[in-house]
Amino acid sequence: MQFLEPAFLQAVILSVIAASTPLLLVAVGELVAERAGVLNLGLEGMMIMGAACGFAGAYFTGSIVVGALAGIVAGMLLSAVFAALTLGLAVNQVAAGLALTIFGIGLSGLIGAGFVGERIETAPHLYLPALTDIPWIGNIAFGQDGFVYVSLALVIGIWWFLYRTRTGLVLRAVGDNHVSAHALGYPVLRIRFLAVLFGGACAGLGGAYLPLAYTPFFIPGMTAGRGWIALALVVFASWLPARVVIGAYLFGFVTILQLHFQALHVPVPSQFMSSLPYLATVVVLIAISRRRGLAGSAAPASLGLVFVPDR
Amino acid sequence: MRSSVVTAAVTAAAAFLAAAAIIQGAFSGASGAERAADKLKVGFIYLGPVGDMGWTYQHEVGRQGLVKALGDKIETTYLENVPEGPDAERSVEQLARSGHKLIFTTSFGYMDPTLKVAKKYPAVHFEHATGYKRDKNMSTYSGRWYEARYIQGQIAGKMSKAGVLGYIVSFPIPEVIMGINATMLGAQSVNPNIKVKIIWVNTWFDPGKEADAAKALLDQGADIIMQHTDSPAAMQVAAARGALAFGQDSDMIKFGPKTQLTSIIDNWAPYYEARVKAELAGTWTSTDTWGGLTSKLVVMAPYTNMPDDVRKMAQATEAAIVAGTLHPFKCPVIAQDGKAVECKNGKNLEDGQILSMNFYVKGVDDKMPGK
Repeated sequence: MQFLEPAFLQAVILSVIAASTPLLLVAVGELVAERAGVLNLGLEGMMIMGAACGFAGAYFTGSIVVGALAGIVAGMLLSAVFAALTLGLAVNQVAAGLALTIFGIGLSGLIGAGFVGERIETAPHLYLPALTDIPWIGNIAFGQDGFVYVSLALVIGIWWFLYRTRTGLVLRAVGDNHVSAHALGYPVLRIRFLAVLFGGACAGLGGAYLPLAYTPFFIPGMTAGRGWIALALVVFASWLPARVVIGAYLFGFVTILQLHFQALHVPVPSQFMSSLPYLATVVVLIAISRRRGLAGSAAPASLGLVFVPDR
Repeated sequence: MRSSVVTAAVTAAAAFLAAAAIIQGAFSGASGAERAADKLKVGFIYLGPVGDMGWTYQHEVGRQGLVKALGDKIETTYLENVPEGPDAERSVEQLARSGHKLIFTTSFGYMDPTLKVAKKYPAVHFEHATGYKRDKNMSTYSGRWYEARYIQGQIAGKMSKAGVLGYIVSFPIPEVIMGINATMLGAQSVNPNIKVKIIWVNTWFDPGKEADAAKALLDQGADIIMQHTDSPAAMQVAAARGALAFGQDSDMIKFGPKTQLTSIIDNWAPYYEARVKAELAGTWTSTDTWGGLTSKLVVMAPYTNMPDDVRKMAQATEAAIVAGTLHPFKCPVIAQDGKAVECKNGKNLEDGQILSMNFYVKGVDDKMPGK
């Protein structure tokens, strides 16, 4: 069975990591924003802006780092627009988020129009002489591009921030009950603003991953719905950082696996295989909600609610 | 309370979508040639963005060629990112109502919307790409890409060291099935034992997924990648892995200078020019055009990254198809189950059979989705 050969398995794992990383980056940023009580449906728009600006940055400077930074800045700028609308003007978050996605897709097409058909070099992969040369595991653990390590470090950092720092506790309090947090004297809107900006930065970075490391060119609409999947992953993970990693990698794994199954003639219809990652998400969601019971949702209690501080 | 929030959200979303569509239409309209009352107005409806590097991009190249040739007599407008469905009907009607006398709708899913608008505006002429419904004022046009795929199959059969081709496909529609079959028949004509691994990605455009599929095929031992999806992602993966590949819709040599063997190029400009000239001369009639290598609607990109004997073989095959001495689906065509396909005229499968193809030829080791 070809599937059990070590070299083949290694190739599959490498593909899975590449497919999962952009989802992980975007989802973990959204998790922080949602933990602060802000539902930003503009992930797809911020991602594609990150992709366009990330490509532009790398194209002009030849530097992947500059490209990644450009993507981050683009995502932050777009999320600042969202924050101004939802936090400053108390606009409905769902509507503003959808608008942000449409706006981002349009603007990225405009910015990226001049770059269509151009190409750049992909992000270099880590090479540590002794470690990367370890058979099989070396290439997986020590041979990835920088984005992969950043994404995993981000998750650990966010977990530590949310559960081991006082500021993280305040952020969660703001997301769970903004009225009480406000009454205690915490600056609800400022905390939410920073959380939204952080989410935007992560979405921009995740978007920039696509043209900088995944497929080294820019085409309008190249995110192809990944922002929405990242959004679902946050729910899938029941707002816990570690579970976002599991969700993103599970999703990436099933995606890659179904491609391999087809070429190996596993007798399952390809349409069904294509829907497997989504089906897996639904099944896990059901499992989570059954375990917690219908009353005790894992969602931050103030998620998506508008907050206008009374003076 | 909850439902009113949802209603508001949906209303807002709809309003934004409508506004986006209107703004887009307005901008595109302004981007056409300068306004003049006596010029013929020609409209185009595009499925994707003009910068998709694939299907829509090639139609846009065709429109630009048209403007270059006849720009002093016509004025063109295009609407991009028009989804197939109700929006399409509005967009087509918008063009018809704003004085466009010839309208090209460039995707299969625009078929019924175009027909509906055509019945409403009998004085306007419509041209629908890749469909099969026609009317007095509605033509259809498409390309015989299977001819090009036969040549690609031959090249692949010669160039594959492993004897395994990797084929990335979108949806199991006749257009795609005939491409797979033509490729295999071409490959088998030079290597009877050639194998093909097929992956259905169920999308026309998702660079990441196309790249993943290419990786999966290469990991499973294929050494030549061919695709019936739109982005250059698969080409770029093949380039990174040192494999060979074929482009799609447009010349993708930039993404694989040492990788691309050739590419199928959709060359719409001559057709658009001919149809607009007919409209200007008042000789436009409803037609059914299915052009291939002969009429240059389908063009091969230069044959690159292959030895001279393979290049000569490809050129000879191309010449034979153009001359009409070689038909990719010449009889007997043996189906996957080993039975010969009915051959009505004794020489090759008829156009109707090719256009509704829903079987694999012998040697395709895959089960068609949904069958």
